[in-house]
Amino acid sequence: MSQGVGVVGLYVRDQDEALKFYVEKLGFRVHTDSKNGDYRWLTVQHPDQPSFQLGLYAPGPPTLDAATAQTLREIVAKGAMPPLVLVVDDCRAAYERMRARNVEFTQEPVSRYGSTDASFRDPSGNGWKMIEARKGQS
Amino acid sequence: MGLDPELLRRLLRAKDRMDVASHEEWPVGRLARVSHVSQAHFARSFRDAFGLPPHRYLLTRRLERAKALLRDTELSITDIAFRTGWKSLGTFGRIFRDVTGESPGELRAREKAASHALDRVPACYLIAAHRPDLKIAVSEKRRRDAIGKTKATKKEVP
Repeated sequence: MSQGVGVVGLYVRDQDEALKFYVEKLGFRVHTDSKNGDYRWLTVQHPDQPSFQLGLYAPGPPTLDAATAQTLREIVAKGAMPPLVLVVDDCRAAYERMRARNVEFTQEPVSRYGSTDASFRDPSGNGWKMIEARKGQS
Repeated sequence: MGLDPELLRRLLRAKDRMDVASHEEWPVGRLARVSHVSQAHFARSFRDAFGLPPHRYLLTRRLERAKALLRDTELSITDIAFRTGWKSLGTFGRIFRDVTGESPGELRAREKAASHALDRVPACYLIAAHRPDLKIAVSEKRRRDAIGKTKATKKEVP
């Protein structure tokens, strides 16, 4: 596939902290980590999804003024950013693995509507739903 | 007014805990401990952050859950009241009515009537209900639609 969505970004409170979280706790890989003065372009990738990058950006200058950056940091910390979905083969196994690495779960795995889901947050407050892929569906 | 994002993140933790266990008791002391702030500070900060005081937020989550159980299960209203965190059926009923404008029983009856009405309609009629309303020829309809785009639509003569 050569067309489609390539990068979607999250705002995070601290890029080093986010990098550690997504790489060490969730198993993502760094795709690009490039600094230019105060600006740092940082994206990670799910190992099974080479065509998609998840950006981890810190709101702040030079792209945003200080007041706007502060507002965004508040919104992220309140958990008010849009929902994110991580699809896994085995929700309960992923839950156990991630919990052992101290991921902050906000909902333990629950089976409903023929699937299993759990919820967790990244250190900044971004909320993820972790959903087990239904068999025969991908 | 800005709040410290670090504080907000800890307040979010208290909100998450209420979300996942809204049937439990959440006195301010317990919530304040989750957020690592003083009791005196907690309620005010929570309201500033999320727009309503913590006890009212909890109430909204309990009612939301009660509504879902009334709609989607056959559990008795007493059972639902206790499962969603009320200590008395009377309090549950009164608050439910105050907030939603109808009693739990009324809501259940209304939801059931709405779904059963459709359940009982034989499939062929149900399909017919979704039949497009085509009282005129397609070509005629197309022509009128085109005219309608430039002129005000005329009242259709049967």
